[in-house]
Amino acid sequence: MAVIPLERKTLSLAERTYVPQILSGLKTTFKRLLRPAETMEYPEQRPAIPPGYRGVPTLVRDPHGREKCVSCQLCEFVCPPKAIRITPGEVPAGSGREHVEKGPQAFDIDMLRCIYCGLCQEVCPEEAIFLQNQYSMTGYTRAEMVNHKDRLYELGGTLPDAHFKWDKKKAAAEHGNAH
Amino acid sequence: MIDFWLNLPPLVQGLIKGLAVIMVIFPLAGACSMAERKVSAWMQGRPGPNRAIVPWFAWIPFVGTFLQRLGVFHLIADGAKFLFKEEPVPGHVNKLYFALAPAIAMMPALTTVTVVPFGAYFNHAGEVIPLVLANVDVGLLAVFAVSSLGVYSLILAGWASNSKYPFLGGVRASAQLISYELSMTLSVIPVFLWINAPGTPGTMSLAKVVEFQSLPGFWGGTWFVFLMPLSAFIFLVSLFAETNRQPFDMPESEADLVGGFHTEYGAFKWSLFFVAEYSHMIVGSGVFTLLFFGGWNPLPWIPLASLVGWLHQATLAAWTVHPLFVGVLSLGIFLGKVVALIFIFMWVRWTVPRFRYDQVMKLGWQKLLPLAIANLIFYALAIAFIQKSA
Repeated sequence: MAVIPLERKTLSLAERTYVPQILSGLKTTFKRLLRPAETMEYPEQRPAIPPGYRGVPTLVRDPHGREKCVSCQLCEFVCPPKAIRITPGEVPAGSGREHVEKGPQAFDIDMLRCIYCGLCQEVCPEEAIFLQNQYSMTGYTRAEMVNHKDRLYELGGTLPDAHFKWDKKKAAAEHGNAH
Repeated sequence: MIDFWLNLPPLVQGLIKGLAVIMVIFPLAGACSMAERKVSAWMQGRPGPNRAIVPWFAWIPFVGTFLQRLGVFHLIADGAKFLFKEEPVPGHVNKLYFALAPAIAMMPALTTVTVVPFGAYFNHAGEVIPLVLANVDVGLLAVFAVSSLGVYSLILAGWASNSKYPFLGGVRASAQLISYELSMTLSVIPVFLWINAPGTPGTMSLAKVVEFQSLPGFWGGTWFVFLMPLSAFIFLVSLFAETNRQPFDMPESEADLVGGFHTEYGAFKWSLFFVAEYSHMIVGSGVFTLLFFGGWNPLPWIPLASLVGWLHQATLAAWTVHPLFVGVLSLGIFLGKVVALIFIFMWVRWTVPRFRYDQVMKLGWQKLLPLAIANLIFYALAIAFIQKSA
């Protein structure tokens, strides 16, 4: 390879005193002083949440206000830090959803264990658990940091549903079709 | 009123003056620390402290919010916090000296203010009477002598803390302050050579320096920063070092010494060090203003007397020449310059990164000191030549 010798310039007197450099630095900092602040004043101003954000895991209801979770416990078993604990229960008779057979009696997510990985959302066959935009979880005690079922539904709210899987199943069963 | 004041015993007068100094310098230093936080924030693109507010002020519609955004109430909040929080005294320290160090830090910081004139008024004969607590003839010498005692508090704090980082901080403080005191003192000698012409009574008074900058004519009205720019520059650099400001804050140097000499301190004792540092800054800026920036003269070649004369001509009001008005006006001009200088302190802090310790020593002994000596020799010869020919 060819060696290209570069001329190394010696520092001029002005450069050796540092004074012009310091003055230009002062100019830079003064310009900064006049610019508006870059930061966000948090509790009043909230950042825009990008799509696909993984916040606090929540349980959602379908547009008719019915609970979607069927208590299959896939999320409980996939959860890497074992933050989810589900107690399966029966769907109460007379609710019109007896054909679903199961629903969670209790659904606890320990937010001190949760690592926000999103595997529960990934694995859920019913699209019942979602990591939504809530990012601020605070509490004074350990017990407060465990989200129970009612809190999870409160956080989750209702999301649109493209399938209404259990309605279709019910209709198919009524027409003598198992699936 | 005046007679009553003059009839008070000197001890009571002195006590009242001293209390007045504390009452003014303490909040002023606090305000400087607040300004420091705000200026730092603005330079870093942050809003800075802007939350604390006293409820009664929150009811004032526009001004209250403005003051809150400016962080004025954080000053009170900070002060109250430092007063009331627990005073931790580590078990391994020398308790007497540990408690003594912050007190010793405050003493020279507050004492130097007494000999610094901060304004002036004209008496009936038209003479300039400087506003100063103790108008002593040694003036600047007293400032130098007393302010350099401040380093003892840093050494004492570092030593009494019985811990390696404060100790290193104390050692650095002593070395640095001694090194830069030389250049600082040498840099102001030309000013006093200039104002002490042979045959006139010699003085080190700071008020006299300002008087020389308010003389009529082109050379008379020139501020000394124009006559002696190098002196002013050396003095300013040494001032940064003497007040332990960045880029010379070796004694604190939180990157390599945790917190420097005050690592073991907390609560009110720590805040005393802080107030002392800001008092040194205020006094240092004041001395710099008096020596090189014309003191209470509003602009170069426009002394205070001209300004008051114009005001009197424009308004024809008697209050424009009243000593009280002139005094407040000159105080305002002087404080404005001091505040501007303190802003420069903060501005430089966020521009020039901290020097390495060997760089500080090299700069002090190998660059600044020879420069100060050369400057002194040049001006000594020049002044001798001018005064001989005049």
